[in-house]
Amino acid sequence: MTPTRTPVDTSTSRDLRKIQVRDVTKHFTVAGERFEALGGVSLDVAENEFITVVGPSGCGKSTLMNILAGLDDPTSGTASVDGVEVDGPSPERGVIFQQYALFPWLTVRDNVEFGLKTARVPAEERRARAQHFIDMVGLTDFADSLPKTLSGGMKQRCAIARAYAMNPSILLMDEPFGALDALTRVRMQEQLLETWEQDKRTIMFITHDVDEAAFLASRVVVMAAKPGRIHRIIDVDLPYPRTEQVRLSEEFTAIRNEIWTSVYHQ
Amino acid sequence: MSADPTGVIAAPDEVDDLAEPAPVRKSSRRGPSLPLLNVVTVVLGIGLWWLVSLTGLQIPSPPEVVLAAVDLTTSGVLLQDVIASLVRVFSGFLLGTALAIPVGFLMGWYSWARGLLEPWVQFFRTIPPLAIIPLAIVLMGIGEQPKIFVIFLASFLACVISTFQGVVQVDKTLLNAARVLGAKDGTIFARVVVPASTPFILVGMRVGLGSAWATVVAAELIAAQQGLGYRMQQAQIYYDLPTIFVGILVIGIFGFVMDRTLLAIEARATQWQERR
Repeated sequence: MTPTRTPVDTSTSRDLRKIQVRDVTKHFTVAGERFEALGGVSLDVAENEFITVVGPSGCGKSTLMNILAGLDDPTSGTASVDGVEVDGPSPERGVIFQQYALFPWLTVRDNVEFGLKTARVPAEERRARAQHFIDMVGLTDFADSLPKTLSGGMKQRCAIARAYAMNPSILLMDEPFGALDALTRVRMQEQLLETWEQDKRTIMFITHDVDEAAFLASRVVVMAAKPGRIHRIIDVDLPYPRTEQVRLSEEFTAIRNEIWTSVYHQ
Repeated sequence: MSADPTGVIAAPDEVDDLAEPAPVRKSSRRGPSLPLLNVVTVVLGIGLWWLVSLTGLQIPSPPEVVLAAVDLTTSGVLLQDVIASLVRVFSGFLLGTALAIPVGFLMGWYSWARGLLEPWVQFFRTIPPLAIIPLAIVLMGIGEQPKIFVIFLASFLACVISTFQGVVQVDKTLLNAARVLGAKDGTIFARVVVPASTPFILVGMRVGLGSAWATVVAAELIAAQQGLGYRMQQAQIYYDLPTIFVGILVIGIFGFVMDRTLLAIEARATQWQERR
């Protein structure tokens, strides 16, 4: 884990190549039929960048994320993070799943401590770190509750705290707010951005939702299907913090419409 | 698949656990409380039994059965029989589940183990444990071994299947979540697979205990010198209907208590489950 992070201005840091994807392909064989989930994808993500990936079903965006997470191997090509080729999952790359993936038999606190325990972090430090991130996501009063007593948004906040507690180098989020209602989703987006603006950790965020993709990111990767590939990369030149004003601005609408057209009229 | 023109994917609902074992529901309907109704129906049942015994059918009346029970209790016979049956059930049941849990985990975790073991488990599952008794007696004599063996088999088969299913049904996302948090196979097994399959194991144990209890009584009917089944078998020879009734009642009460005990343990150990 990197103990110190030097703040870098995102506009000038695109050459840092925190995440580097080179000619990645992925083929599946489903019922005897070859399916090209990814047909040659290359992508660089800069340190401290918040990048979103959007595209129709079957464009391979989740496959791309699984390869970066180390949960899936590419058929060919390489994916590297911090210059090291991805080979299997690692706590260096935090993952947030759409279905929260909380351990239902563990309390919020124990869920957040799960990875720290695995890494044999001493009990006292473990407690303190877990508490810090539980407070950060606003679950202080629910630290000793079981996941079944939490709402969807609270569950996902717990999962986010669990990922942050490992102090990962990057965060990979696979449609994390996809199962939430529209209002909760907007609130979660704002909270996530707030956290990101403070800690500037590189985030790659996958979504189906064009608004969400535009609101969060400094760059939006639009993918296309058959075979899964990058269709376009659209810069979102809107200032952070992204307030409600930004969301309702004409500039935002214009970018959002551009992404929309790019997704639905490929 | 085509793109969703609203730009928002339909929200998949929470994963609905259809296979979730034994949900406990509390009735909130109005009316007399359930325990009260339970007492009422037991009293009515005994009343009906009493009425039938008065009609001249050869059924002993409740007081006769109570007298027989008192007799059997004061002479110590009933206690001996209950202990004999319980010792058999628990030795067989403990051996059976002690083997079933590791074997079930092995089958669920390693496909080679599943491939090797599943045909045998499925084959023996189709044979009623009692059908093994003749073979067991020939091979093991008429001592305790054949009875304990048959109970062992009954509880093993019930428990191994559900343990195996429990492991197979562990949510893949949870395994992935553990992996990205740095857990290796050993940790994933101990801290994810075991707790996630506990509800299934407990259901298996409950089914196993039920089937062990049913098997012991039947096994004692066939070959035993002690035990509740044996007592009823003897009573049949002497046309001693009250004793047969005492046997049936004691078997039912013990079976009920054992089942409820495991149910309570299960509810406690799996209170983290989402129930709906």
